[in-house]
Amino acid sequence: MIHFVLLISRQGKVRLTKWYSPYTQKERTKVIRELSGVILSRAPKLCNFVDWRGYKVVYKRYASLYFCMCIDQDDNELEVLEIIHHYVEILDRYFGSVCELDLIFNFHKAYYILDELLIAGELQESSKKTVARLIAAQDALVETAKEEASSLSNIIAQATK
Amino acid sequence: MNPFSSGTRLRDMIRAIRACKTAAEERAVVRKECAAIRAAIDENDRDYRHRNLSKLMFIHMLGYPTHFGQMECLKLIASPGFPEKRIGYLALMLLLDERQEVLMLVTNSLKQDLNHTNQYIVGLALCALGNICSAEMARDLAPEVERLLQFRDPNVRKKAALCAIRIIKKVPDLAENFINSAAALLREKHHGVLITGVQLCTELCKVSAEALEYFRMKCTESVVRSLKDLVNSPYAPEYDIAGITDPFLHIRLLKLLRVLGEGNADASDLMNDILAQVATKTESNKVAGNAILYESVQTIMSVEDSGGLRVLAINILGRFLSNSDNNIRYVALNMLMKAVTADAQAVQRHRATILECVKDSDASIQKKALELVYVLVNESNVKPLTKELIDYLEVSDQEFRADLTAKICSIVSEFSPEKIWYIDQMLKVLSEAGNFVKDEVWHALIVVITNAYDLHGYTVRALYRTLQTSAEQESLVRVAVWCIGEYGDILVKNVGMLDIEEPIVVTESDAVDILEMVIKQHTSDLTTKAMALIALLKLSSRFPSCSESIRNIITQYKGNLVLELQQRSIEFNKVLANHQNISSALVERMPVLDEATFIGRKAGSMLGTASTPRGPSVNIPNGVAKPSVAPLVDLLDLSSDDVPAPSPSGGDLLQDLLGVDLPPASQQLGSGQAPKSGTDVLLDLLSVGSPSVPPMSPSALSLSSTTDILSSSMNNKTPTSPLDDLTSLSLSAGAAPMMDLLDGLTSSPPTENNGLVYPSITAFESSSLRVTFNFSKETGKPQTTIIQAAFTNLTSNIYTDFIFQAAVPKFLQLHLDPASGHALPASGDGSITQTLRVTNTQHGKKNLIMRMRIAYKVNGKDTLEEGQINNFPRELGG
Repeated sequence: MIHFVLLISRQGKVRLTKWYSPYTQKERTKVIRELSGVILSRAPKLCNFVDWRGYKVVYKRYASLYFCMCIDQDDNELEVLEIIHHYVEILDRYFGSVCELDLIFNFHKAYYILDELLIAGELQESSKKTVARLIAAQDALVETAKEEASSLSNIIAQATK
Repeated sequence: MNPFSSGTRLRDMIRAIRACKTAAEERAVVRKECAAIRAAIDENDRDYRHRNLSKLMFIHMLGYPTHFGQMECLKLIASPGFPEKRIGYLALMLLLDERQEVLMLVTNSLKQDLNHTNQYIVGLALCALGNICSAEMARDLAPEVERLLQFRDPNVRKKAALCAIRIIKKVPDLAENFINSAAALLREKHHGVLITGVQLCTELCKVSAEALEYFRMKCTESVVRSLKDLVNSPYAPEYDIAGITDPFLHIRLLKLLRVLGEGNADASDLMNDILAQVATKTESNKVAGNAILYESVQTIMSVEDSGGLRVLAINILGRFLSNSDNNIRYVALNMLMKAVTADAQAVQRHRATILECVKDSDASIQKKALELVYVLVNESNVKPLTKELIDYLEVSDQEFRADLTAKICSIVSEFSPEKIWYIDQMLKVLSEAGNFVKDEVWHALIVVITNAYDLHGYTVRALYRTLQTSAEQESLVRVAVWCIGEYGDILVKNVGMLDIEEPIVVTESDAVDILEMVIKQHTSDLTTKAMALIALLKLSSRFPSCSESIRNIITQYKGNLVLELQQRSIEFNKVLANHQNISSALVERMPVLDEATFIGRKAGSMLGTASTPRGPSVNIPNGVAKPSVAPLVDLLDLSSDDVPAPSPSGGDLLQDLLGVDLPPASQQLGSGQAPKSGTDVLLDLLSVGSPSVPPMSPSALSLSSTTDILSSSMNNKTPTSPLDDLTSLSLSAGAAPMMDLLDGLTSSPPTENNGLVYPSITAFESSSLRVTFNFSKETGKPQTTIIQAAFTNLTSNIYTDFIFQAAVPKFLQLHLDPASGHALPASGDGSITQTLRVTNTQHGKKNLIMRMRIAYKVNGKDTLEEGQINNFPRELGG
C-alpha cells in the first residue's frame, strides 16, 4: 500500500501531504524534512527509487515539483511511477496544463482529485475520464449550492429593503 | 460581525504568505490569520467557517500548529450542504490522524452520511472512513460499508471496497463478513470496481486463511479468465496506457494470482498459461509494460514451480539488468535478490553485470547491487569478487564505504579459502578503510594471525610496510602495533620469509621508532596508545639493545593526564627498572587463541547464550593455569555488549579481572584468592609499582589479583605467563572495556586524590544521546576540575563524525582534549570519551556552568544537539 503522498517543491516547500498510515504531527514534520533532504539532493537521471527506513520511496519530478509516494518493500515501484503519472495527467487535464501555482492556490482541488484516485493507500480508479467526470459533478454541486445561497440572500435582501 | 472574519479571502492569504520575504514575516502573517480564525471560532461564525478551515489547511501544510481548528471540521461535517461537508471531510483527513480522541465524535456523522441519499456525500464519507478510520470506528461502521458494496452506483461500490480493506486491516476479525460480497465484485465489468474488488480479495487472503481457501477454490478460474480477457482485449482509449489496456488492473490481477497460487500446485497449474502469455507478449519499451513484466516475474517466482516459467522469468530479469534505464535496473536487482533463493545458479550467470552495478553512480542501485553480490558469494567465486570489491573500495564514496567495508569483511571472513589470502585481503581493507572497520573484525583478524604460525613473519612485515603508508587508519594501526609487539623479533630477523615477499631490512630501532611514531601521533586514541605502550614493553625484552630508549618513551607518559596511560607508564617503568630478571618471562608471546572457540563464542554471544563449554577448565587444579581457550576469548569478546555474566569458575578469572565494572568486588576478591600460594612477590612488585594509585582502586585490585594468578601459575610451571596474556589482551579487547575501566576508576571513591567524592552527573540526555560527566581534581589545584565526558548512543544507528563542543562564561577557562573517537556505535554498544579541564577563576564564588553542542552524522545526515549544563555538583566548589 501507499503510506503517504508528498508533493514538494524544488525549494523544499510542501505543496500537498496525504497520510494513509498513522503518523503524528511530529513524525510528519520529521519525515518531510528527512525525505526532502534525500530526494532534492539526488542528481537527475538517477533512478526514481530511494530506500528509506525499510520502505521504498518512489519519486518523480515534474517541472518544479517532486511527487513522492512511500510504499512497502514488496510493492511494484514501476507501477507507482505510473500511478504518479496518472495523477499528474488528471491534474493536467483538470487545470489545463497544470503548474505549481495552480496547486498552491487550488490545493484543495488537488486533494479532491487525489481522493478520487486513492483511498486507504490503494488505487481506486484507472480511468482518467471517470475521475474527471466525478470531480466535475461534485464541482457542479458546489456551484449550484453557491448560486442558491446567493439568490437566497438576494431575496432576503429585497424582502428586507 | 467580527472585525477580523470579514478579512481576507483564501486566495489573498496565500498571496500574502507568498509575498513574505523572510520566515519572520511569514510567521507574522500566519499569526494574524490564526488570531482571526480563532476569533471567528469563538464567535461560532457560520458564514466563513469553510473559508477559515481552508486557510487552516494551508497553514497546516506550512507546518504551523492548527489543533484549535479540529472541532470546526466536525461542525462542517455535521452541516447539511455538500460544499461544507466536502471541505469538512478534507480538513478532517488532513488535520487529524486516527489516534486523536476527537475522531470518535465524528462516527455518528459518518454513519448518517453513509446512509445519505446523495451518492457524492456517501462518497465523501467513505473516502474519509477509508483514510483515517480507527479500529473502533471500523467495528461501528463495518455493516454500513458491507451494505454499500452492493450500492447501485459503481463509484460508491469501489470506494466501499477500499474502505473494507482499511477495516479488515484494522480489525482482521471482520474479514469473514466481507468474503461473499468481495467475491461478487470479481465478476464486475466496471474497471474501477474490479480493481478495488481484486485488491479487497488480495487483502482478505492475507488476513484470513479461510478467505484464502474460499477464493482459491471458487475464484482462481474467474481471475485467470479476467486476466485473459484483459490481455486480449481490443484497444480501449479510456484505459489505454502506452498501448496496454489498464496496466493497473493487470498488475492487481497478477498480484491476486500470486497470493492464490503460492503453495498450491492446483491453483498454480491453472494460471501457468496466462502467466506465460503475459511474460512473453507484453511490450517492454514503456514503464507500464515493464511494470507488468516485473509483476509477472514476481508472481512466477512465488507460485509453484513449473520449470519453464522460471527460466522465462530469469531471462526477463537478465534483460532488465542490461537495460539502460536506472529504474529498470533497480527493480531487476531487487527481484534477483528474491530469485536467489529459488534459483541461485541462474542468478550467478548475471554476476558480472551485478558487479558493475555496485560501481554505479546511483546510490540506490549501488546499495541493492552490493546486497545482491553479498548473497551471491560462495567458495568458488570469492577471490575474484573480493578483488573487484576491494579495488572499488579505493575509489568509492565516503558514504558508501562503511557499508562496503562491512560487507567485504564479512565475505572475506566467511569464505576465505586460506589464511594468507584472508590476511592479505584484510590488510588491504584495513589500509583503505580501517576507520570504518568494526572492532570485532580486527579482533578476529588478530585471532587468525596468532593461529597462522608460518605466517607470523609475513604478516608482521606486511603490516610494518603498510603502517608507513596508511598510519591514519586506526584499526590498521592497532593490529600493526599488536603484531610488532608480539613478533618484533621475527620482523627484525626476517624469519619465515616467503618466496612472494620482497626482502625488507628492519632494525631493532626502526621497530621501536614506528611504535613511538604511533604513540605520538595525534590521531591515535587512548586504546591505540595503550596498545603501543604494551608493545614497547614487549619489545624491551625482545630487543635488549633498545631497552633504554624504550624506557625513555615509556617514562614520558608518567605524567599523562589520562589515568590509563599514566598507570601503565609507571608500572611498566618499574618492571623495566627493578625486575629485569623476570621481565622476559612477563612479556612472553601470547598463547594462541583458539579459532574454533572464538567463532563458536561469537555465534554464542549472538544468540544471547554463552555456549562455550566451561567444564574442562574447572577440572584443572588451578583454573588459570591453562588460560588459552575460553577466558581469553572472553576478553577479546568484551567489547561486544552481551558479555555473559562471569561464572565463578576459575576459567573466567581473567574475564573477571578485566571486566572490572562487571563483578562486585567480593567476587573479584574471591576469585583472586582462589590460588593462594606464593602471591607475595609480584603483588609487592605491582603495588609498589603504582604509588600514585591507591591500592584499593579497582584497577589496582585487578592488578593485584593478576599477580595472584601470575605467581600461582608460575608455581605451577605453566609454559605461558598469564600476566602477559592479560596485559596484551586488555589492549586487544578494544575501546569499550578500556572505557569501563576508566569509568570504574573515576566513579569509585578511593581513586580521588584529595579524598573528596564527586557524584557523576548526566549532563545531557535526549532520545538519541546521553552524556555523562565524571569529575576529578588534581591535587593542589582545587580550582581546576577534570571532567571525563562519556557519550552514549541511545539509538540503533551509528553516529559518525561525532564532534563535541563546549563553551563557558568568561570566569571559566576550558581546555578540551581530543576525543577517543569520532564514531559512536549504536545502542550504547560502547562510547566515546573526552577529557575536559575547567579552571574556575572565581573558585568558591561561582558554580560551574557550560553550554554544549554536539554535531554528528546519522546515515550521512547532519544532526545537531545543544544543551546547557547547570547541574554540576556543588562539591566541586564552583
